[in-house]
Amino acid sequence: MSIILDKVNFTYSPGNAYEKHAIRDISLKINDGQFIGIIGHTGSGKSTLIQHLNGLVRAQSGAIYYNGEDIYDRDYDMKKLRQKVGLVFQYPEHQLFETTIFKDVCFGPQNQGLEPKEAELRAFSALRTVGLPEKLWYQSPFELSGGQKRRVAIAGVLAMEPEVMILDEPTAGLDPRGRDEILEQLARMHRELKITIILVSHSMEDVANYVERLIVMNQGQVMLDGTPRQVFAYYRELEAVGLSAPQVTYLMHELRQKGLAVDADATTLEEAKASILRALKERR
Amino acid sequence: MLREITLGQYYPSDSVIHRLDPRVKLFGTLLYVISLFTFRNVVGFAIATVFLAAMIAISRVPFGFMVKGLRMIVIVLLITALFNLFLTPGKLVVEFWIFHITEEGIASAVKMAVRLIYLILGTSLMTLTTTPNQLTDGMEKALGFLRFLKVPVHEIAMMMSIALRFIPILVEETDKIMKAQIARGADFETGNIFKKAKAMVPLLVPLFISAFRRANDLALAMEARCYHGGEGRTKMKPLRYQKRDAAAYGVVIVYFALLIVVRIWL
Ligand SMILES: Nc1ncnc2c1ncn2[C@@H]1O[C@H](COP(=O)(O)OP(=O)(O)O)[C@@H](O)[C@H]1O
Ligand SMILES: [Mg+2]
Repeated sequence: MSIILDKVNFTYSPGNAYEKHAIRDISLKINDGQFIGIIGHTGSGKSTLIQHLNGLVRAQSGAIYYNGEDIYDRDYDMKKLRQKVGLVFQYPEHQLFETTIFKDVCFGPQNQGLEPKEAELRAFSALRTVGLPEKLWYQSPFELSGGQKRRVAIAGVLAMEPEVMILDEPTAGLDPRGRDEILEQLARMHRELKITIILVSHSMEDVANYVERLIVMNQGQVMLDGTPRQVFAYYRELEAVGLSAPQVTYLMHELRQKGLAVDADATTLEEAKASILRALKERR
Repeated sequence: MLREITLGQYYPSDSVIHRLDPRVKLFGTLLYVISLFTFRNVVGFAIATVFLAAMIAISRVPFGFMVKGLRMIVIVLLITALFNLFLTPGKLVVEFWIFHITEEGIASAVKMAVRLIYLILGTSLMTLTTTPNQLTDGMEKALGFLRFLKVPVHEIAMMMSIALRFIPILVEETDKIMKAQIARGADFETGNIFKKAKAMVPLLVPLFISAFRRANDLALAMEARCYHGGEGRTKMKPLRYQKRDAAAYGVVIVYFALLIVVRIWL
C-alpha cells in the first residue's frame, strides 16, 4: 500500500504569458502509515504537488499509482480516490458552508452515499477526534476562531475515513499555542488511527518535532528527502534557498565549534537538552 | 478550469498598444464599435478586418488567448444568428415545416455573427492591453467634464476599478473553493438542473462570505488611509499624451473616415 509518483510534471496555463512550470520531474514513494512533512518556500510547488495526490490536478506528464493502480487509467474511480486520500486545504473558509458545524462535517460522508445515520456517526467521531468541544457542535461554523475553524475543516475530511490525510499549511496564521494544539492533534491521529499523514508547511520549526520523514521542495523539485536529522545536516544548503533549520540545529553546531562535544544532529529540544547535559558531564 | 475566462483580463506584454494612453484606446474602441455597424458591403468588411488583424498583430497578444474569450459568447452568437436566419423575410431558399430560410436571412445572420465576433475581439483587445487601473484612470479623465453636471465621476471610476480588480480574485477563489469541496466528494458536473443548482450551495456560500469579508477589509483599509473621494486627490502617475498617442488618434480617425466614405460612395 503506497503512493508512487513517477516523473510528474505540471505547468499552469501552458502556452501563454502566465505559464508557470510548478512541478518538475517529481518522483516519490509514500509508504503506508508514515508521518511526512513537506517543506518549501512559498511558491515552491507544495500545494500543487499535493493536489496531484488525490487527482484534483492532472499531471501533464508522468504517472501516479495509488496502491499499485494507475490513477490516470480511464476507468479509475476518482471519487473513490478522493475519499481515500483526504485533502484539507489551507483556508477553512473555503469549505465551511453549512448552518451548523455538525451538518458541515456530515457533508463529506453524505457525498460518499452513506445513510444519514451512518454519516452522523462518522461526523460525531470525527469531531471527537479533533477535540472540538461538544457545546459548539450545533453553532454556525462562521462564528469560530481560526484554530477552531481549522479543526472543523479537518474533521470534515476525517469523517470520510481516509487512508491518507494531507493537510496544506494547517498551522498558517495560528498563534503558537493554536499551532501546537493542532500539531499535537495530528500526531495523536497518526498514532491512534494509524493513517498516513502528510503535513505541508513552510516552517521547519513546526514539523521537525513531529514528522518521521521530511521532503524539502525548491522551485518545483524535490531538493532533499530523508529523516529530519538527515535533512537538517544540510542546514547551509537550506539557508541558501530561504529556509532555515530549527534553532536547535544552529545552537548545536555553534556549541560544537566552540569545542563542546554535543550531537550536532539533534533536531528537537529534548534531544538537544540530553546531548548538552551528556557533553557537560563528560567534560567534568 | 475557470481560468479560461478572459473577459476583462489583462495580458502583459510590451507592445506599442500596451503603452498607448488609455484615453486613446477608449476612444479608438468606441469608434471601432460604431464602425462595425456602419459597413454594409464587402469592402467595408475587408477594411475592418484588416484594421482588427493589424491591431491584434501589433499588440502581441497571442491570437489563441484572444479567441478563448469568444467561447463564452458562442451561445449568444448562435441564438442571434438563428433569429436572423429564420425571421428575416425575403427571397425563399429553403422551407421546411414552419421554418423559412431566405437569402436575406442568411446574409444578415452572417453579418450579425461577424459583427458580434469583431465586437468581442476588439473590445477584449482593449482590456487585454490595458490594466484595469489605467482603464479607469482614462475613463475618469476623459469623462471629467461630467463633473460640472454633478456626476460623481471619480467615485464611479473608483467603483469600476475595484470591481474589475475583484474579478480575477473571485475567479481564483471560486477555483479554490471548488477544489476544496470536490476533495470532500462534492459533484458539480453530473445530475439534472435541480441537482446541479443544489450542488452550487457549497460553492456560493463560502464565495459570498469571502467577497463580503474582502469588501469590508478593503473599505477599512481605504478609510485607514484617509480616502475621502476624489476632491483634491492627486495622481502618482498622471496621464499625459505622448507623440505616439497623437499618431494613434490619427490612425483611428483615418480608419473611421475610410469606412464612412465607403458607406456613402460604394
Ligand atoms: N492556479 C494557479 N494558476 C497559475 N499559477 C499558479 C496557480 N497556483 C499556483 N501557481 C504558481 O505555481 C507555483 C507553485 O505554487 P504552489 O504550488 O501554490 O506553491 P506553494 O504551495 O509551495 O506556495 C507558484 O509560482 C504559483 O505562483
Ligand atoms: Mg501553498
